[in-house]
Amino acid sequence: MLGYGARRAATGLAVVAGVVTLTFVLLRLAPGDPVEYWLGPAATPAQLAAARHALGFDRPLAVQYLAWLGRFLRGDWGQSLATGRPVAAVLWDAVPATATLVGLSLAASYALGVAVAAVQAAGGRRLDTCLSVATVTLSALPGYWLGLMLVAVFAYEARWLPAFGTAALDADTLSAWGRLADRLRHLALPLATLTLIGVGGAARFARGAMLDVRRQPFVRTAHAKGLPPRVVARRHVARNALVPVVTLLGLSLPALFSGAVFVEAVFAWPGVGRLLVEAVRARDYPVVTAAAAVSALLVVAGNLLAEFGLVALDPRLRDRPAP
Amino acid sequence: MSGIRRDPRARFGLAVLAAAAVVAAAAPAVSSGRPAAQRDVAATRFLPPLATDVYGAFHPLGTDRFGRDVWTRLVYGARVSLAVGTLAVLLGSAVGVAVGAAAGYGPGAVRLLLLALTDFALAVPRVVLVLVLAALWRPGTALVVLVLGLTGWMSVARLVHAEVRALAARPFVEAAVALGLSRGRVLVRHLLPHALTPVIAAAALGVGNAILLETGLSFLGLGVQPPTASWGNMIASGRDTLVNAPWVAAAPGAALVLVVVACTLLGDAIHDALARGA
Repeated sequence: MLGYGARRAATGLAVVAGVVTLTFVLLRLAPGDPVEYWLGPAATPAQLAAARHALGFDRPLAVQYLAWLGRFLRGDWGQSLATGRPVAAVLWDAVPATATLVGLSLAASYALGVAVAAVQAAGGRRLDTCLSVATVTLSALPGYWLGLMLVAVFAYEARWLPAFGTAALDADTLSAWGRLADRLRHLALPLATLTLIGVGGAARFARGAMLDVRRQPFVRTAHAKGLPPRVVARRHVARNALVPVVTLLGLSLPALFSGAVFVEAVFAWPGVGRLLVEAVRARDYPVVTAAAAVSALLVVAGNLLAEFGLVALDPRLRDRPAP
Repeated sequence: MSGIRRDPRARFGLAVLAAAAVVAAAAPAVSSGRPAAQRDVAATRFLPPLATDVYGAFHPLGTDRFGRDVWTRLVYGARVSLAVGTLAVLLGSAVGVAVGAAAGYGPGAVRLLLLALTDFALAVPRVVLVLVLAALWRPGTALVVLVLGLTGWMSVARLVHAEVRALAARPFVEAAVALGLSRGRVLVRHLLPHALTPVIAAAALGVGNAILLETGLSFLGLGVQPPTASWGNMIASGRDTLVNAPWVAAAPGAALVLVVVACTLLGDAIHDALARGA
């Protein structure tokens, strides 16, 4: 198990290193001079040259990359070109917001999705069709649009929930319980948006997995030896159907993170996704590279966790590559 | 494949996609023909759906903040969104088939290298790559097609690789090799035609995804640029007027969901028909 874990972790780190390198190279290859962009049209050639030299842009790409990589690995991520704050601090502030949003919606959408799939697999044909229509529609919803529509209904029409941000302006004046309630009210719409989109995909996949398992001979055997249907459903069908579902749980992290990028943009949620979008717009190279690295790390870590979960469910998978 | 004609999902998907394609192609005929037309902005803006403006023009889906007809922009936006989605998937499928075929039928070293590359590309968060690419080069329609195509080939490559590897061991391929055909000819004439069927199902699903991402990019201002209408930048412009004119953002989003659902159902139906036939 240890050797297996070390091997998978090494592959994951290679992916992160690849993403970082790719981002770095793409940023330097992009047309247009970022220094001109940062200094504005009034900058003199001497100022431009000085800024380029200070940032190391006048050195060969390979030298820049190695120097940057050395600093990056030592934890010196440089300073944001847009705000002047240390990049590590900027990111560190953003990670909890994204982790909360993505983690909670992942848990909620899979719990709901598996429940819906179980109802579909056990219920009648008509119920199955109705729920299938619902889940296909949910998985087709663009997150930013669903977010806007929920805001239109719950924030502007009904005035029940706040439309954006993580806390009210007067949050500091509230009691501890009041602050918690305020946080939850702000979390409600972004979380609902991400979860609703996730439920569709999770339920569609879990339903397919359950139907596949139900057709297996060992399920017929379990029924034939007189086990109560509930026991067969739980011990024989559910456990085996969970294997592909857990795989998808890990694989859906990139998709969920993508969804989070748009949802964070809509709800002004101060997470990694919004940070990335803003940094990309402002050509804030150090922040873009670091945000790309952190999002790759989050995704890879999620995939690894899902793989270890799988091996725990089905130890035979240890010697095989993940499906 | 014969069962697919009786599959209600395939029928619905095809009907919606055909209707969308016809409306998009006939955009000048089914709308006012001028998606960017503005007249007296103060008198014609924010008209609700089914309203008639002071010039007697009927607006089935209302008008936006510049008094532009939402229905006209919707059908012209369909042209952009459908074309971008289709072209991106064609590009992605072409790259995927090439990589998958080379990995499945090439020498062992090539296979290992290409499979490692595919796994790497699958693990990269697509949105991060797309954002970086779209933001650094000048945003535009061609760039969106390129970016979506070059980040969407991996699942096709995996499918084709698996198919080619499985087919290569079949007797008819051995027979072709025994006849003395070159490897290239065996691959193109005997292996790929059989390996392409699952690609069709993946492509139908892929079009839906590509359209979703295109609108997402345009929503963030990194995709198709105004005043060219695309469903994404229509939703973005409707965002600012969500309180007083929710229909501006609602209409393109509903059209988008309908088209993506159609793509998903069609892809599912093709997939199931192939699984039954195999």
